[in-house]
Order: sequence, then C-alpha cells, then structure tokens
Amino acid sequence: MFKSKIAITVVAAVLCVGLMGNVPTFAAKSLTIKGSTTVLPIAQSCAEAFMDVHSDVNISVQGGGSGVGIASLIDGTCDIADASRPIKGKEVVKAKENGVQAYENVVALDGIAVIVHPSNPVDGLSIEQIKKIYTGEISNWSEVGGKNMKVTVISRDSASGTFETFNELALDKEKVRADALLQVSNQAVAQAVSRTPGAIGYAGLGYLSSAVKGVNVDGVQPTKKNIVNGSYKLARKLFMYTNGAPAGVVKAFIDFVLSEKGQELVEKAGYVPLI
Amino acid sequence: MHRIRERIYKVLFTLLAFASLLFLVGITVTLFIEGLPVFKEVGFFDFVLGKSWYPTYEPPDFGILPLILGSLWVTAGAVLFCVPIGVGSALFINELAGKRLKAVLKPIIEILAGIPSIVYGFFGIVVIAPFIQRLLNLPVGLTAFTGSLMLGIMATPTVCSISEDALSFVPRSFREASLAVGANRWQTLTRVVFPASASGISTSIILGMSRAVGETMTVLMVTGGAAVIPHTLFQPVRPMTSTIAAEMGEAVMGSTHYHSLFAIGLILFFIILVFNVIAELITRRFRKKLGLGR
Repeated sequence: MFKSKIAITVVAAVLCVGLMGNVPTFAAKSLTIKGSTTVLPIAQSCAEAFMDVHSDVNISVQGGGSGVGIASLIDGTCDIADASRPIKGKEVVKAKENGVQAYENVVALDGIAVIVHPSNPVDGLSIEQIKKIYTGEISNWSEVGGKNMKVTVISRDSASGTFETFNELALDKEKVRADALLQVSNQAVAQAVSRTPGAIGYAGLGYLSSAVKGVNVDGVQPTKKNIVNGSYKLARKLFMYTNGAPAGVVKAFIDFVLSEKGQELVEKAGYVPLI
Repeated sequence: MHRIRERIYKVLFTLLAFASLLFLVGITVTLFIEGLPVFKEVGFFDFVLGKSWYPTYEPPDFGILPLILGSLWVTAGAVLFCVPIGVGSALFINELAGKRLKAVLKPIIEILAGIPSIVYGFFGIVVIAPFIQRLLNLPVGLTAFTGSLMLGIMATPTVCSISEDALSFVPRSFREASLAVGANRWQTLTRVVFPASASGISTSIILGMSRAVGETMTVLMVTGGAAVIPHTLFQPVRPMTSTIAAEMGEAVMGSTHYHSLFAIGLILFFIILVFNVIAELITRRFRKKLGLGR
C-alpha cells in the first residue's frame, strides 16, 4: 500500500519533469490581448489551444476594435494588440512618447468580399464600378448590368478597420455617399444585405454564405486561393502588435499563432492562413 | 453609545447620498475635458450646424447636424407611439379597469421596461424591419420609423406608469364633485380628471422622450446608421447615441474624432438635462395646483 503510493508519486514526478523538458513553463504568467473584432476569433481560438498546452499561462482576450487595442498597448494595459489595419503615424508617435515600441507581427490574411442579395443577377463588378456605387455616381443596378432597382449602399462604420481597408483598396479614399447605411459589424452588414434585395455591402470572406452572394471583383472570385496568390484585389493583412520584438511568453504565443497548428485555427476561423 | 451609533449612521448615509453626486460631477467633468477641445479645433457652430459627418477622412468633416436631427426625428416618432399607448393604457387602468384587471395590466406593462434594449434591437432587426420594408415597399427596412416604433414601445412603461400616478393623484373629491353636478363619466374624465392631471401626464411624456433620446443599443441596431439630414421618417438615420457607440471603439485616442464623440455626449447630456428640468418644473406646478405642496 505504502509502496504503491511512493511509486505513483515517483511516476508523477518523472512525468512532470518529462513534460517540463518539452514545454517551457512561464511561472503563472498572464497575457492580455485586446483589439480588432476581426482578429478576435483568431486570438480567441489560438489562446484556448495555447492554454491547453501551457496550463500555467492565463490569457484574457478582449475585443474593442483596432484603435482600442493599440491604445491599450500604448498605455500598457495589454500585451498584444490585435489590429486589422497597420498602426497609424499618430499612434506610433504616441507610443514612443510612452516608451512603447510597437512591433508588427502579421498573423493572417483576410479577404473582403463584396456581397449582394442572392436574387441579384449581377455576378461581377470592377473595382471602378464598386467605387462609383459607393461614392454615389451609380445608384441603379441597371447601370452595371442588373435589374432596374435602386442600389442600397451598406458600409461599415467609417472608424472600423474593415472600412479603412475597403476605403483604401476599393475607393481610393473617396467619401462614401452620405446616405449609405453604416453597420457596426461584418455580421450586421451580412444580415442587412441578406434582407435587402437592392443592397450591396462588404464583409470578411468568412461571412460569405447562402444568404448573401459574393461577386467577382475585376473578374476574380473571392476565394482563399485567389487571396494567397494575390490576384484578388480586396485583401489585407491582419496584425498582432507587441511592445518591441516579442519575448518570453508573448513570443511563445505569437510563435504558436504562426505555427502550423495556429494557422490551421486561422483557417478554421474563416481567414486565410499565411502558409 | 446610542448617540455615537446614530452619528455613524448619519455620516454613512450622507456619504452614500453624495456618492451619486460624485459620479455626476465626475461624468460631467470628463465630458467637458474630453469634449471641449473639439469646439476649439472645429468651432462650435461648424460642429453643431455642420451638415456632413466624415470623421475619419482626410480632410475630415465634423458636422453633427445630421446626427442631432436623426436623434430628434427618432424621438419625435417615438412620441407618436408612446403617448397614445402609454396615456391610453394609463387612462384605462385608472378609470375603467376593475381591480383584478388593473392588478394584471400594470405589471405586464412594467415588464416591458425590464426587457434589455438589445432584445428590442434584435426583435426590431428580425421582425419589425423586414415587416415595414414589405408593408411600405421601402428599399430597406432599417429606418428612423423602425427605431421610433421600437423606442415608442420601450418608452411606453415610463409614460404609462407616471401618467397613471398622476391620474391617481387627482383627489377623489374632484371626481365626486363632478359626478354630483350631473356630469357623466366621459365628461368627468375629459373636463375634470384629465385637466387636473395634465401636467403630470406632460411630465411622463417628457421623461419618456428623454428615455428615447438617450437609448443606444436599439437605435444602433435598427435605424441603419446613415449620417444624412432626414427628410422623412422612412429613411435610415444615424442618431447621436449610436454614433458614439459605433465609433468610440475605433477612434484614435486623443484625436479630434475621439474628442468629438465626447462632445456629442456633452450635447446629448444637455438635451436630456433640458428635458428633465422641464419635467421637474411641470411637476412642481402640478403639485401646487392640487394643493399637495412640495
């Protein structure tokens, strides 16, 4: 009886040491990740998988938006800032003032799909046409080969990362018509488009479904393959910013996101993996 | 011993009573500190009367007139729903419903006040917006009207329960006197009870309006969010509250955009303050009129 107890203890101890040999431990470390809601699903699923392996690390993942994430990195309330846009000059300056060196880690690719109602016969649009629709020059579907139907333009809030990317890639930074409906999330855009026959909207590739139709942009289908090979024009990088080059547990986490396992989770979350 | 304890209680409760004042001061000071820079950077009149809201463009436009009008239109529309429903149900509960019906109806209406605003928003998106779109053959169902309808329902409990209180404050003697001189129930209601409680009912409407104008989640979800100066109730609008909620998360800290969102909050705060002051003034007059004192 007594002997078996000792044996179990020894086995357990050996196992522990064995595990420690494989997995570096970070004496009860906690990590805070904050920022873009686009990157949130990636951060969330990677954090869960990471914590399964490193039970001593506690990761808290929060949304809030790219701006919030970077602001938190600057004032030191998070370790990793998720962003769906590159850091802005103004933010870099502010970071330097606070002694923070924002370091850019690209963690995934994201394609922006231009979506219409499934009943809409239009299958493809050129970037020029998309721009004209969004800036108000075209306001009837018949002008781009569709039915005689008023276009209802649906956009993201002008402060969101998705909007900024779309504005840069498709609109040459021109103003979206003032009467465009601004929605707060990709989900809200997809939902509004699915319920509005004359609508056009845009959202991450992961939001394509039977309820909305993704149109070809400049003749290229919005697919993962076309984003990776660079032929689909409306694609962007997703970032995780850290204070300086990642080190310690932060490095371990970023490395995990970039690992094969991490990129698998990226794909599962509906984004395009780097590898 | 007894005295000391009494003193401690007194100090404790004084502190608690002032805690809310502390928060009020804190919120006001923050709104001013974070909001005022905009009036310097953009100019007060360009900000409040500016017609376009393009906060993140180069160069940006910080005109919030479309947002102010968006809020006011949606609120005015809400009044169209909450006044007839709220005052009507108050009259029914107070004048016509028997004890049993009253005991059922009042709590049911008050349950409406307990439903989280996101649930109203969700209901609005999934049920009301498609319905309005089909019914009126609109290009899109997310309109000021949809918001008005949802806010009207949300403000109904406020209007109903304060109106009902006002009606029940009308002294029994008023009614008895009216009936005694031969007036029927309808005449008593319209010529005696209603005028006597009119200021209380007005208060309820104004408080309902301040509830509607400050509501955020529901309008964010159902009004579409287009920052244009509205011409009808049946087009998408962007109220002030939803602008703050939608953009605060992404605004660069310390930028003009960030400050302008606080300034919108400041203006909203003043609008609601004015509503509440008017309501308070009317209530005082009402109490005096019925001889209830302060």
